[in-house]
Amino acid sequence: MRPKTFRGGIHPQYGKEMTCHLGIETLPAPEQVVLPMAQHAGAPAEPLVKAGDTVDLGQKIGEAKGFVSVPVHASISGKVLSVGPVSLPNGNVSVAVTIENDGEDRVFPELKAPGDYRQLTPERLRELMREAGLAGMGGASFPTHVKYNPPEGKRIDTVVLNGAECEPFLTCDHRLMVEDAEKVVTGLKALMRAGGAEKGIIAVEVNKADAIKALEKAIAGDPQLSVAPLATKYPQGEEKMIIRAALGRIVPSGGLPIDVGVVVNNVATAAAFADYLATGMPLISRVVTVTGRGVKQPKNLLVRLGTPIQKLLEACGGFAEEPGKVIVGGPMTGPAVYHLDFPVVKGTSGILVQSRAEVAGGESMACIRCGRCVKVCPYSLLPNFLAEFAEQGNLDQAEAYGIMDCRECGCCTFVCPSRRPLMQLIRNAKGKILARRRKSG
Amino acid sequence: MLKERFWPDGVRAAKEVTEAVETMLNPEVVVSSSPHIRSDVTTEKIMWQVILALAPAACAGVVFFGWHALAVIIVSMMAAMGTEAVTRRTMGRPVTLNDGSAALTGLLLALVIPPGVPLWIPAVGSAFAIAIGKQVFGGLGYNPFNPALLGRAFLLASWPALMTRWQWPANSLAWAGSHVDAVAGATILPLVKHGRLASLGLEIPLSQLFIGNVAGSLGETSALALLLGAAFLLVRGIIDWRIPTAYLGSVAVLALVFGENPLFHLLAGGLLLGAFFMATDYVTTPITPRGRVIFGLGCGLLTMLIRKFGGYPEGVCYSILIMNATVPLLDRYTRPRRFGEVAKGA
Repeated sequence: MRPKTFRGGIHPQYGKEMTCHLGIETLPAPEQVVLPMAQHAGAPAEPLVKAGDTVDLGQKIGEAKGFVSVPVHASISGKVLSVGPVSLPNGNVSVAVTIENDGEDRVFPELKAPGDYRQLTPERLRELMREAGLAGMGGASFPTHVKYNPPEGKRIDTVVLNGAECEPFLTCDHRLMVEDAEKVVTGLKALMRAGGAEKGIIAVEVNKADAIKALEKAIAGDPQLSVAPLATKYPQGEEKMIIRAALGRIVPSGGLPIDVGVVVNNVATAAAFADYLATGMPLISRVVTVTGRGVKQPKNLLVRLGTPIQKLLEACGGFAEEPGKVIVGGPMTGPAVYHLDFPVVKGTSGILVQSRAEVAGGESMACIRCGRCVKVCPYSLLPNFLAEFAEQGNLDQAEAYGIMDCRECGCCTFVCPSRRPLMQLIRNAKGKILARRRKSG
Repeated sequence: MLKERFWPDGVRAAKEVTEAVETMLNPEVVVSSSPHIRSDVTTEKIMWQVILALAPAACAGVVFFGWHALAVIIVSMMAAMGTEAVTRRTMGRPVTLNDGSAALTGLLLALVIPPGVPLWIPAVGSAFAIAIGKQVFGGLGYNPFNPALLGRAFLLASWPALMTRWQWPANSLAWAGSHVDAVAGATILPLVKHGRLASLGLEIPLSQLFIGNVAGSLGETSALALLLGAAFLLVRGIIDWRIPTAYLGSVAVLALVFGENPLFHLLAGGLLLGAFFMATDYVTTPITPRGRVIFGLGCGLLTMLIRKFGGYPEGVCYSILIMNATVPLLDRYTRPRRFGEVAKGA
């Protein structure tokens, strides 16, 4: 059977062979962590601690503020050094709590395991995902509980776990699925119960055959669950594309997965939920792929949230050569950074170091209207025109041409033979349009 | 110093604890917007591959029409590149010879004019194509009309006699038997159009048309050579199959409708060169899939109308130029339906 997929997309060089066979190694907790209150989409959490306080491992140090928000927990035990603003790789500034490690990993005494999901009501499960601090670990970091509280009249029938990991170079989800398939499946079942879904699908690109095998074994013939092998193509893991591929359903333009009865979660989010239910330990660590030709010894590392990325690079032997570019996340969507103090947050899936020779560049030329961007755009947009309107500041025309449907996958920029920064222009215009809407509305 | 800018007050104290570790990256490290990887296809590579794809047709022209044809090609390409360099410099803009587009325009122009023209003809034609056809609009990417075809139209309008002086390759008229003199001055298209072949009782030499051993423009005669190049471009994904398919398909269908031999219409004149190399020019053709189909159909319709009812025996050049003018409209009205877009009124 041909693996399922979507229309458009690209086949970049995957680079996953550098780390896909490497087991997850645990990085010791650092001397100090920096925990931003805005690790998720939505309202930042409110700090509950102040400088000088002593905190325990797993203790809540930031309370969710408003519905679209999740709490933040201490990923080490120790003393709060400061509470203040830090910059994040995406350019935002967030208040962060900096904790000095006392080396004891003293677990917060009030933590207790919620227990078997089958004994818990869906309402309670939905509360618990929030208490666990769950926000999408694929990168967008949308608070998980929000997806499981659908608006009136909408119903969840299927939970899709996103194990596509279509971003080149990243293998953190791959390793997790291979090594912790049971946990992923348990998490999926708990999520299904929370949402009242009768079907659970784990969607994985076929280039991860060992993960598919491990998951199928973990499913153990449960008729409600299945593994959907998907074609290896970027952006297979984009929410609308994975729903299209795994279920054949099309999320309407401007709509959400819930409009077609689906919730999509990253496999790591499901595993974190399973962990929380079994141990009571909220989301305080995650797997990060540290890779690229600029890294001496690429690895998949299990790290505490708040660990400066510099520590991860040190654990991988440092730079192999003078770095050309350091990217937090994958090469298609991750932001490039200018220093290494940025902390690992809930959505940090990788650190990619490119060598100088690898840095993509080249003079941007005029559009030659070759149509490659049109061909690869998964949303059937006309990126060349959108970028042109963006350049002209013609926001109305850009909106009329569907610019808000763009999910910023970057395929258009990837293929552009004239090296035009299409996605950058489009993203910029989208920001302006959103600002305009806020102003007028 | 720099470090403190990124670490505002609240965290400065915390920073001092780990001050020993140097975490600021070297200023030469690039920080730019995602995506951070690019396909290795560039505009330059595309242009040079199209030139490569035209090499068989150019070689065929030299083989059939002799060394003068080679001189025409060289002069045309040199004039195009020279004009590009001079116009760019005059306008104070970066000289863009490396992108290969001027060389390609020069080559295309050489292939669509008679092989025996004096050498100043391709020089003037290429200069016009680049200066007026392309650079006055802003250069590569901005010209509404195919520059090479514009150059040809200009030459045809200005020096009609020189531009319609055809030569048959040596020993290529054996098929005409004793009627050599009656057919030697024209190409196949007018011979058929005005019924001359039929009145002389001659068959259309289809196999010779396929090989290219007939009178015609320098690079248009050999269907074989053109198809080789076209196959290369299609396989490499450089041209979209939609335009040539719609173009050639509509010509074949209309030939049948007019009661003529579709194979003759496909092989004769500049159709194959036009359909695969001119009507697929990125800049001057639609960007949407449906727009490309309509563009191809329009070219086919106009070509056949001109061939059948027009004053000229051939219509490829004008039909593509006319369709070039419709491209902005086609692009606007053939936008693809967006993913998840709900049909209007549904």
